[in-house]
Amino acid sequence: MIAEAGLAALWLAAGLAALQFLLMVLALRTGADVARTMRAIAIVQGALTLVSFAMLLLVFARTDLSVALVYENSHSAKPFIYKVAGAWGNHEGSMLLWVTVLAVAGAFFAWLYRRKRERTLVAALGSQAVLALGFYAFLLIASNPFARLNPPAVEGRGLNPLLQDPGLAFHPPTLYLGYVGLSVAFSLAVGALLTGQVDSRLARAMRPWVLGAWILLTLGITAGSYWAYYELGWGGWWFWDPVENASLMPWLAATALLHSINVLAARGALKAWTMMLAVIAFSMSMVGTFLVRSGVLTSVHAFAIDPERGTFLLALLFVYVGAAFALFAWRAPALKEGAPFDLVSREAGLVINNLFLSVILGIVFVGTLYPLIVEAVSGEKLSVGAPYFNAVAGPLALVLAVLVGTGPLLTWRRQTRPVFPRLKVPALAAATALFITIVAAPGIAILPRLAFTVAAFLAAAAVVPLTNRNPLRTPLATWGMVIAHFGIAVALTGMAANAAFTSETLAVAKPGEQLRVGPWRVVLDSVVPTAGKNWTAIEGQLRAARGNQLVKLQPQMRYFTDPPTETNEAAIRTFRDGQLYTVIGKPEPSGAWQLRLWWKPFVTLIWAGGVLIALGGLVALVGRVFRRRRREPSWRARYS
Amino acid sequence: MKPKNQRLVLVSAALVAVLVAVLLAMWGLRNRASYFYTPAEINSGKVEVGRYVRLGGMVEKGSVRRIGDGLTMNFIVTDGTARVGVTFRGIVPNLFREGSGVVVEGNVVPGALVENGKVVGRRFGANEILAKHDERYMPPELGNLAAEHRAGKTLER
Repeated sequence: MIAEAGLAALWLAAGLAALQFLLMVLALRTGADVARTMRAIAIVQGALTLVSFAMLLLVFARTDLSVALVYENSHSAKPFIYKVAGAWGNHEGSMLLWVTVLAVAGAFFAWLYRRKRERTLVAALGSQAVLALGFYAFLLIASNPFARLNPPAVEGRGLNPLLQDPGLAFHPPTLYLGYVGLSVAFSLAVGALLTGQVDSRLARAMRPWVLGAWILLTLGITAGSYWAYYELGWGGWWFWDPVENASLMPWLAATALLHSINVLAARGALKAWTMMLAVIAFSMSMVGTFLVRSGVLTSVHAFAIDPERGTFLLALLFVYVGAAFALFAWRAPALKEGAPFDLVSREAGLVINNLFLSVILGIVFVGTLYPLIVEAVSGEKLSVGAPYFNAVAGPLALVLAVLVGTGPLLTWRRQTRPVFPRLKVPALAAATALFITIVAAPGIAILPRLAFTVAAFLAAAAVVPLTNRNPLRTPLATWGMVIAHFGIAVALTGMAANAAFTSETLAVAKPGEQLRVGPWRVVLDSVVPTAGKNWTAIEGQLRAARGNQLVKLQPQMRYFTDPPTETNEAAIRTFRDGQLYTVIGKPEPSGAWQLRLWWKPFVTLIWAGGVLIALGGLVALVGRVFRRRRREPSWRARYS
Repeated sequence: MKPKNQRLVLVSAALVAVLVAVLLAMWGLRNRASYFYTPAEINSGKVEVGRYVRLGGMVEKGSVRRIGDGLTMNFIVTDGTARVGVTFRGIVPNLFREGSGVVVEGNVVPGALVENGKVVGRRFGANEILAKHDERYMPPELGNLAAEHRAGKTLER
């Protein structure tokens, strides 16, 4: 019954989405007043998808083995939290989560949008309905999560143990919220293009959604990177895997949008430009979904190879992106000219930021899709990995980081005071960092050295906007920008330190043997068996010493039975100056064990930086919403 | 800047950005994409010694041997007929096991895979074993081969 209820809710939601779209067409053609009805429909539609998703959680929580999806992805012996999280650890479930987030975002938008622009609201809600409709169709036709199994299975096949991890419980939902939060920006852009009302008011309505989605994307990417780092046991934090790129591309586009939307909000310039970015940002979300969910990639996330689904998603992608681009080409030339600005001004600085981000996005996009295109055209297989992305996008990212330090010092419209005097301290910091790396670490590669230099510059430059002003009267949005930009410097330092100073030891050790890695001496005391709820493991007992610091580490090699799989559980110790990362491998016939040890100085700064960037976004979001409420008492009056 | 010029400048800036991205990407892809080959293609001599490529296939059952320091191992990657001898030093990923699919990255090395005094294939030095997939994984090209194989059999019948 539960599964049927979930399916029924999904069908109803799809019906409402169709109705919502028809109402938009009606309203735009006849001018009928349907805004209230559409709002109600959008909210009910969101609620229905929530019901549907809750039903899926329920069948997973109860391990209802008469549901095919549960049979394929769950097991009665799994810990409860992973039973529930397993609901979105598979294709159908994650697509249902996707469409749920899409519909709920639409519902919140319908509920919160309080501006007087009803035509734009109606058009945007219509666009949101069309987006949802395609994905409802995809679920109902090509990937029904509630399909029954007749007769029911006796036991499930289990979840990939790599995914049995707290990271899984939060990482995909966070990313999805980010991906799909951008759909509101997309729909608002489509709505505004249809009605021609592209101005600073639209930008202010769109901004919280972009900021919110961007914060979640940042957090999702940071969490995903850390998950890959500790769970896969390879010691890397970014692999340029297409699945990672799938989340990076919307982030790059959203970052560009986040900056250009400020120009539109503050100055009424960059109208068509911002609309284009809003369209591209969500298009990148859909490209990412297509890459991950169609099975065109063979990587950790692409579990199934199913051409029907792939074709369906690709068709949706082409229809939506094509329609949005066509609409843009048709309506953008009719937009009014934006406010003028000088070649040296805050606006121009943000345009350059956008250009750099777009070029990096283009490079990642081409590098990610090139293997697919070559294969489709010539049948030849190839892969594009770190050597390409690091060499081509890396230097651009460094130049961009320098510009991040300078851009915020420019004034709107026209720069009257020279900027360079304010950059004296940052320049000094950069020179010092360069000098120190040359003296203390003459052997490191050029890219990490430059990264240290740029990071020092940016760290100092990021806080310059706070100087010469009262910190209490500085708007929260400015604080947010400073925190986020400083976070980039922090993350950059971590990346450079990891690239330059990581030491690695790979060895076969007998119990009692001592190994060295960086400043640490590591002794393998013994190897003991241990067990968890649905796994058994061997556990290495390691003692690591440095000076008079002594720590114990217990890396494991786990054996899961359902399905039969082995995973490495790395043992990681975090110190103020880095992480000690240990992995145990297979035993040798001689009684020795394979051990892999890393000493990674300051590697945690990478994720600390990511969290700071997201925190900056959060501070800015709070600042924006709070200011808006103060400026418009009617917002509150409506509720009293 | 006049508004008219501004629009012109912005449009051309956007176009230049797209162009720069495409040119940079093409330049980067020219020598940094690593191509994927099957054991048959490796053995045909299509790939010169030293070029960085990927080799995909199945790990032949019973072929995994550890040698010397306990960290170096030899195994055979096969597509069912052609076989390539692979050497790898390091801890193998968990999903690596005999009889299942594997993709290794590295280059063809001089020397040959010799069995019973006969050369049966080339040798490959792997820098990395990629196992970013689950146990059901089969390199796509081999998947096609398997499908063709099945189709052939059906036709014979």
